[in-house]
Amino acid sequence: MMIKTEKLTYTYSQGTPFEKTAVNGVDLEIEEGTLVGIIGHTGSGKSTLIQHFNGLIKPTSGKVFIDGEDIYDKSVNIRDVRFKVGLVFQYPEYQIFEETVFKDIAYGPKNMGLGEDEIKERVMQTAELLGISPELMERSPFELSGGQKRRVAIAGVMAMRPKVLILDEPTAGLDPKGRAMIFGQIRDYHEKSGSTVLVVSHSMEDVADFAQKILVMDHGKKFCYATPPEVFARAEEISAIGLSVPQVTKIFSLLREKGIDIRTDVYTVPFAVKTIKEYLEKEGQLP
Amino acid sequence: MIKDITIGQYFPGDSPVHKLDARFKIVITAIFIIMLFSADNFISLGAALLFFVLSFAVSKLPLKLILKSMRPIVPVIVITSLLNLFFIDGVTVISIWKINITQQGLRTSLFMIIRLIALISGSSLLTYTTSPITLTDAIEQMLKPLEKIKFPAHELAMMMTIALRFIPTLIEETDKIMSAQKARGAELDSGTFIERGKALIPILIPLFVSSFRRAEELALAMECRCYNGGEGRTKLKVLVSGGSDFAALCTAILFWCAVLLLNVYTYL
Ligand SMILES: Nc1ncnc2c1ncn2[C@@H]1O[C@H](COP(=O)(O)OP(=O)(O)O)[C@@H](O)[C@H]1O
Ligand SMILES: [Mg+2]
Repeated sequence: MMIKTEKLTYTYSQGTPFEKTAVNGVDLEIEEGTLVGIIGHTGSGKSTLIQHFNGLIKPTSGKVFIDGEDIYDKSVNIRDVRFKVGLVFQYPEYQIFEETVFKDIAYGPKNMGLGEDEIKERVMQTAELLGISPELMERSPFELSGGQKRRVAIAGVMAMRPKVLILDEPTAGLDPKGRAMIFGQIRDYHEKSGSTVLVVSHSMEDVADFAQKILVMDHGKKFCYATPPEVFARAEEISAIGLSVPQVTKIFSLLREKGIDIRTDVYTVPFAVKTIKEYLEKEGQLP
Repeated sequence: MIKDITIGQYFPGDSPVHKLDARFKIVITAIFIIMLFSADNFISLGAALLFFVLSFAVSKLPLKLILKSMRPIVPVIVITSLLNLFFIDGVTVISIWKINITQQGLRTSLFMIIRLIALISGSSLLTYTTSPITLTDAIEQMLKPLEKIKFPAHELAMMMTIALRFIPTLIEETDKIMSAQKARGAELDSGTFIERGKALIPILIPLFVSSFRRAEELALAMECRCYNGGEGRTKLKVLVSGGSDFAALCTAILFWCAVLLLNVYTYL
């Protein structure tokens, strides 16, 4: 088990009138190598939850195990946990500070105490994976476009080659093209490295077609943690907690409401085509 | 965490103290401070304290808050009281090695401690019960007469308002950047002095970059809404003073008179 939580609870500003329980009794087990999508409406506690996984915030109560190790145990060096679990924050471009793109990507690996050559190899390899061309490496990161900056910042964490990579809304504020690009690159990274990857998003549509497992959060509680077909079979409940299901899934729910006997756990377009074909064949309406 | 810093933190409520006109509150706080400094024996100091205790009780604030506001000045209190304790001549009470603790020293240092604590908690009461925006508004109004001699009262108040408005934002931003750099393995709280200084660079640069961006955006947004300085500007929330404000002011002045009268007991 790569990540495991036990009754994880976190309360902001405890003991003041601003008290707010952001994560509430979450039990979770994520297996090594899984590509997980974490969804939930804004304020459902996604960001708070993931900050526990690399020891940035200490649970109010409950436990977090990474690779079988209780990371809040006194004997554990929290910095080692941070190298094991890489966390890319929302709008990560705001953390960029170095003079050149190369140096900024190299900041994490350098903190890990790696050698010159190893750092160079990692930076170049990660930059390539994220489509950052070599001639950009000596430019100032502040001159880049928004999408490029975002990819440089993500590269900065990926280059540390963590066993677990967590990205908090990595495509927030990008156009559809930039979104598709970053999601594609995250998928590539997952395939190539075989590491555990967690992607947070407030949109079901984004994670539906690439996540192996989906964690749905609702008001600080775990709503469910299951495979996409299992999650989308509960499309109505998902809509009820304020999340929009993918448009294709909506169409199938509507078809069913109209009295057509068709499955509703459809969430990608190719699968939708296949399902409709099968249905028409069954009904003998296809030549 | 860095979030726990309270810089004149407002504690919302609807007690009579909260509702008092902010201008009066400022004046009353000033009177209270004068009261503390004009008291020169324990009885008159007690009268001044009574005024604070009454105001605090009416404000319905939790006692914890006052203790919290005390925390940053504990070192100051300790140092001043120790200095007073050891370096004032008079009738020796206890003598340890070469240091004599005198009656006068004991009295003065106790007096100073009470005065300092009252001073800080009294002014905290003002900031706890008045929102920063209201406070700057009040300061602007009080400085208004000075505009005749070209004193930029409005600009000053606007700058203070903006600065106050952005303190929480900046703290939050710093928190976020610190977390992000820690996630990349930054070590912020260990190492030599120089190493620690260097470790601040990854925090300060993004913070400056985003502050400049914010400043530019804010200036643009203000211009888009036709902001062009204080001339002819009206207020959304006009400060109004009523009977209760004058009553509070009179009470403060009465207490001050009491303090002055009680000062006759010089032997205490
Ligand atoms: N630093 C903070 N201080 C106080 N409350 C916070 C803080 N960060 C988040 N919250 C509150 O915790 C809840 C969960 O926030 P968050 O984890 O950011 O949700 P999400 O990432 O799903 O949008 C929200 O109600 C939010 O207002
Ligand atoms: Mg979030």
